[in-house]
Amino acid sequence: MLEVSKLSCIREDVVLFSELDFIVSAGDIIQIEGPNGVGKTSLLRLLAGLSTPADGSINWQSVDTVVDRESYHRDLLYLGHLPGVKAELTAFENLFFYHAVHQPVSEDKIWQALAQVGLAGYEDQLACHLSAGQQRRIALARLWLSEKKLWILDEPFTAIDKNGVKVLESLFLEHADKGGMVILTTHQDLNFSAERLRKIVLTRQHLAEY
Amino acid sequence: MFAVFLQVIRRELVTAFRRKSDILNPLWFFIIVITLFPLGIGPEPNLLLRIAPGVIWVAALLSALLSMERLFRDDFLDGSLEQLMLTTTPLGVIVTAKVTAHWLLTGLPILLVSPLLAVFLSLDANTYMATFITLLLGTPVLSFVGAIGVALTVGLRKGGVLLSLLILPLFIPVLIFATSAIDAASFGVSYSGPVAILGAMLAASVTFSPFAIAASLRVSLS
Repeated sequence: MLEVSKLSCIREDVVLFSELDFIVSAGDIIQIEGPNGVGKTSLLRLLAGLSTPADGSINWQSVDTVVDRESYHRDLLYLGHLPGVKAELTAFENLFFYHAVHQPVSEDKIWQALAQVGLAGYEDQLACHLSAGQQRRIALARLWLSEKKLWILDEPFTAIDKNGVKVLESLFLEHADKGGMVILTTHQDLNFSAERLRKIVLTRQHLAEY
Repeated sequence: MFAVFLQVIRRELVTAFRRKSDILNPLWFFIIVITLFPLGIGPEPNLLLRIAPGVIWVAALLSALLSMERLFRDDFLDGSLEQLMLTTTPLGVIVTAKVTAHWLLTGLPILLVSPLLAVFLSLDANTYMATFITLLLGTPVLSFVGAIGVALTVGLRKGGVLLSLLILPLFIPVLIFATSAIDAASFGVSYSGPVAILGAMLAASVTFSPFAIAASLRVSLS
C-alpha cells in the first residue's frame, strides 16, 4: 500500500501542488489527469523517489520511502517519458541488461517478452535502427517480465499504435487483478469500467479527487 | 552486488566499442599533442627531457577532460540514468562501475601508448618508469574526481565550460605531484615521495568520491 500524505511540490518558485493526500491499495489503477505543465510528471518522479518533495511524505507498506529506499525500489517499476533504451545496444541486450541490474530473469523469458510486444525478428537489431514506437516497446517489454507490485508509468502509450494500447490496457487489468498497483498519466481515454479506474485530477493550485 | 558492478562495466564497454570515435578521440588528441611538441620546438634531447613531464601530463589531463562529459551525459539523455538510480544496488556501486569503465576506455589506452611517447620525447628508462607509474596512479584520480563535476553538471544544457571550471582546480594537485615525480626521476634522484602522495590521492578518491558522485547525481536529477 502506498500512502501519500501532505505532499507538496515546488518547481522554479511555483507551487505546483500542495497538501496532496491519497492512498493506493492493491488492485488499484490510478490515472493522473490534468493539463500540460500542471505537475503530472513531477508528481510521478516524486512518487518514484527520483526527486525529494518540498513537504510531505510517501510511505510504502507503512515505511517512509526516504528512510528505506531499497525495499521500496525492490517493488517499484518506473517508466519515465524517456524510455531508458540505449541506442547502441540491441533490443535483447537492452532488456537483458535492465533485468541483470534490477531483477534477474532467464534469457528465454526475455525472448518471449520481446515476442509479446511485437518485436519478434528484431531482437538483434540495434535500438537506434528501430522506430520510436519499437524503442518504446523495448521499454514496455519490462512490464511483461516484471514481478514488481507498483508500476509508475509516465505516458506509457506515447508512440504506441491502437492495437498496442489495447494489449497494454488488458495487461494493466491483469496486473491489478493479481494485487498489483498501476499509477499512470495519459491524455488518452482508457477503456476501463468506472469502478476499476480511479482518477486523480491535478488543476492549477488546487486538487480534486473522484 | 558484484554481479551488478560487472554488468554495468560490460554494458559501458559494449556501448563504447559500438561508438569507437568516443574512445579514439581523446587518445588521438593525446598522441597528436605529444607528437607536435618535438616538431614545434626542435629535437634537442635536453630541452625535450626538461619539458617532457609537463607536456605529458598536460596532454593527459586535457584528454581526460575531453572525454569526461560523456560519462553520464548519454545515460542522462536517454533515461537510463534514472533507471540505474531506481535499482536496489547502492548508487555508489553503480557509479564506481561507470567510472572504472571510463578509466578502462580513456586512462588505460594512454598507458598503453606511453612507450611510444617515451621515444618521441627521448626519455631514458628511469624517467619512463616514473612517467608510467604516475600515469597509472594519476589517471584513475582524474576519472574519479572529474566524475563529481560531471555528476553536478549533467542536468545543465551547456555544462561544458562550467565543468572545466569546476574540475580543473581539482586536477592541479595531481599535475603538480606527477610532474615533480617525473622531474626527480630525470635528475636521477628518488621519486618515491610524490608517488606516495599520488597513491594516497588515488586511495582517497576511490573510497570517497563514489559517495560524492552519487549525491551529486541525486541533486542533478531531482
